[in-house]
Amino acid sequence: MTEVALQTRDIVAGYVPELPVLKGVSVAAQAAKITVIIGPNGAGKSTLIKAIAGLVRVTSGQVHLMGKDITNPRPDQMGAHGVAYVPQSDNIFRSLTIRQNLELLLRNAGAERAARLDALFEQFPPLAQKQNQKAGALSGGQRQFLAVAMALALNPSVILMDEPSAGLSPKAAQEVLEHVRKLTERGVTIILVEQNVKQALRLADHCYILADGRNQLDGPAADLLSDPVVGQIYLGGKRVAAT
Amino acid sequence: MIQHLVDGILVGSILSLGAIGLTMAMHMLRFANFSHAELLSIGAYCALVFDGVFTAVYAPLGNVIGPLSLTWALSLAILVSMAITGGSAILIDRLVFSRVRAKGGELSMVFASFGVAMIIRNALGLIFGLQVQLYSKDIVFATVLSRDPLLLVKPDQIFSLAAALFIMVIFHLMLSRTTFGYSLRAVAENPDLAQVSGINLNQMITLIWIIGGGLAAAAGVFYGLTNQVNPVLGRDLLLPIFAATIVGGIGSIYGAALGGFLVGIASNMALLILPSGYSPAMPFLIILVVLVIRPTGLFGEERA
Amino acid sequence: MIGIISYLIFFTTVAAILSIAVLGLNLQWGNSGLFNGGVVAFFGAGAYGTLILGGTSQTAHLGGFEIFYPLALIGGMVTAGLMAWIVGILTLRLRHDYLAIATFGVAVAFENLLRNAEGLAGGAQGLRGFERPLHAWLGDGFTYNVFFLIFVLVLLGATYRFLEVLIRSPFGRLLRAMREDETAALSLGKDPAKIRLTSLIIGSVIIGLSGGLYATFYAFISPQDVLPILTFQIWAMLIVGGAGNNKGAVAGAFVIWAAWTASGWGLSRFAPLEIQLYTGSIQFILIGLVIVGMLLWRPQGLFPEKLVISQSGRTNRSENRE
Repeated sequence: MTEVALQTRDIVAGYVPELPVLKGVSVAAQAAKITVIIGPNGAGKSTLIKAIAGLVRVTSGQVHLMGKDITNPRPDQMGAHGVAYVPQSDNIFRSLTIRQNLELLLRNAGAERAARLDALFEQFPPLAQKQNQKAGALSGGQRQFLAVAMALALNPSVILMDEPSAGLSPKAAQEVLEHVRKLTERGVTIILVEQNVKQALRLADHCYILADGRNQLDGPAADLLSDPVVGQIYLGGKRVAAT
Repeated sequence: MIQHLVDGILVGSILSLGAIGLTMAMHMLRFANFSHAELLSIGAYCALVFDGVFTAVYAPLGNVIGPLSLTWALSLAILVSMAITGGSAILIDRLVFSRVRAKGGELSMVFASFGVAMIIRNALGLIFGLQVQLYSKDIVFATVLSRDPLLLVKPDQIFSLAAALFIMVIFHLMLSRTTFGYSLRAVAENPDLAQVSGINLNQMITLIWIIGGGLAAAAGVFYGLTNQVNPVLGRDLLLPIFAATIVGGIGSIYGAALGGFLVGIASNMALLILPSGYSPAMPFLIILVVLVIRPTGLFGEERA
Repeated sequence: MIGIISYLIFFTTVAAILSIAVLGLNLQWGNSGLFNGGVVAFFGAGAYGTLILGGTSQTAHLGGFEIFYPLALIGGMVTAGLMAWIVGILTLRLRHDYLAIATFGVAVAFENLLRNAEGLAGGAQGLRGFERPLHAWLGDGFTYNVFFLIFVLVLLGATYRFLEVLIRSPFGRLLRAMREDETAALSLGKDPAKIRLTSLIIGSVIIGLSGGLYATFYAFISPQDVLPILTFQIWAMLIVGGAGNNKGAVAGAFVIWAAWTASGWGLSRFAPLEIQLYTGSIQFILIGLVIVGMLLWRPQGLFPEKLVISQSGRTNRSENRE
């Protein structure tokens, strides 16, 4: 059993106080592992990620990062805590060039800026080639890579990702998810929301299933993949979740 | 004809400076700020005061620079005025806008901005008097650049245009070369993503007021230098500045800069066919034309 | 004594006329969330329209059609409505600042046009040569003023009734639903821009009625009567009364008009001569302070909306949220 990097305890959160979307969700993401959150539409998957990132207000419960309480952070300070968030769409600044997008995220890196920029470009060669193009001109897959690179620019220990494969071709989705896998080898903890359940379960180490703002089921991803009930609901049974 | 074009460019540079700040604040805070033009008035009067102060403290500063009516004291006063006007913009935000923002919708903000404009405009009238004031009592003759067609330009006008362009170039370099400029553009494009990228929105709002106030102050002084200073200076420039933001597309900084010149030129060229009494209505006609042909302006994005 | 009564009749007539404009603005802002930055233009359209259509023949400028008075008044209202239609159709599909800027622009352009176009409506001299209706029977004195006050009060009452019925109708519920949440209207299959346009036009027609009555009362209108300050006064009346609340709107009109005339009188009576030049400035600052102060400390107005009838007819909240 490895150490828990980020953990939520019974968090209740939502856009209006009277109508919480999350009604007490607890998840624990182990360090340098991929934890995937799945569930039907409206289960509160994205809200959970946004609540951790400080974009949705948590009204009760806590979020702990390496044992430290970081409930309701100011969104702009999450990076300083070592948590990066990659939104599902609009996750890059289209009017800036690729290089400017990354420089913006590295603006507090001081003397290391150039070296870290080079390191990021080394990791994503296609981005290096197009570094002076407007980010809005990138293809879907490359846009996702830029978004991941921007998250990495914060030197995070945890990355929260909201459906990184949404809207991508199967090939591009595969590439992006494989890259996410590689990040864990460098010690980064990943929490991922996915609609593409089969792909997500193959990729992930641990999986939480949410329904109606509550924990429904969780376990090692491999177990859930072979679980007949999960298979019935999500993997080719009649009620396939929207993809 | 060419005289109208040149006059239009001169006025346009002043409108551009005003419109850049206005469009940024409108985009970030999502309300039409009808008090923005009063920042031009504050800037103009502030420079008037400090011009006097500097000259009184050290008389040689009262000497004019070259062929201009601009003195060394006034040029220093412009810088001080930019800083003070930026500070005033923040103060107004803290005292009124941020509180109304916390309470009500965008509509309340628009009403509040009208109220603020009335208070500032009339307070300036009470403090400095309703009469017209000039930075310099000396009469500076226009230089005849050409006799046929007749083209008259005052040195002060050339200076104002050059200074306005200089400020815009500096601003452009900041936007396109510095990470601070990237953050400004990032916040304008996607405030949520900007936040999770580590940008403090409240800090950015403060900075936008400082920049908007500073540019407005420069515009106000240049207007005062080439025309005159009076308490209704802001009121008279409000509609042209709004027209510039609409021509450029609300939220577009470069659009606002270009829009200012277009409105300035179009308003002046219109005097070729319309009696000059109609010039205050010109910006409205321009707004109508833009709304009919291209409601999002030159560079605007359609946002609900 | 008769002087005081005369003055009270005069004061009540003007306040009641302005109340009608405040009611029109309340439909736009209070009930539909529309920002009208050029109330005075629609007021002026009604005023000029009425006098041009109903006035006696003039040589120097347009007008003098000597149309039967009620028709002239309706003509003025239609003029105001047409202006609202043009502005609305161009701006209501865009974000809300556009309407604010365009209506503000209409007011500037309207005043500018009337001041300059002498052939249209007498330019800066204004529009004269209007015979007040029934003036041949009632004369110009006290009797006429009492009659005209009653006439205005009847129209004020009718406008009030009309708006109360309108905001309780399905259309009114739609307006309120949309003010809170635009998707609500979309989900009902209604085009929000069209609903807003209807509300803008109805509100402007009512403001035009107010302008028509104002011009009738003075039998004269000039560009001096359509300055931006009137827009601010009418806003202040609505803000003080409480946006969304028709009773409050009327009360606000009387309160602000009383405060305005009293402050003007007080300043001219008691202030030293050198200050009197600045009477306007001081009054404008006061209006500005009223607007800002109310928004900061009492955004619901002095007379907040007491009940809002929900679809089932029950009271579902006690205060206006704005």
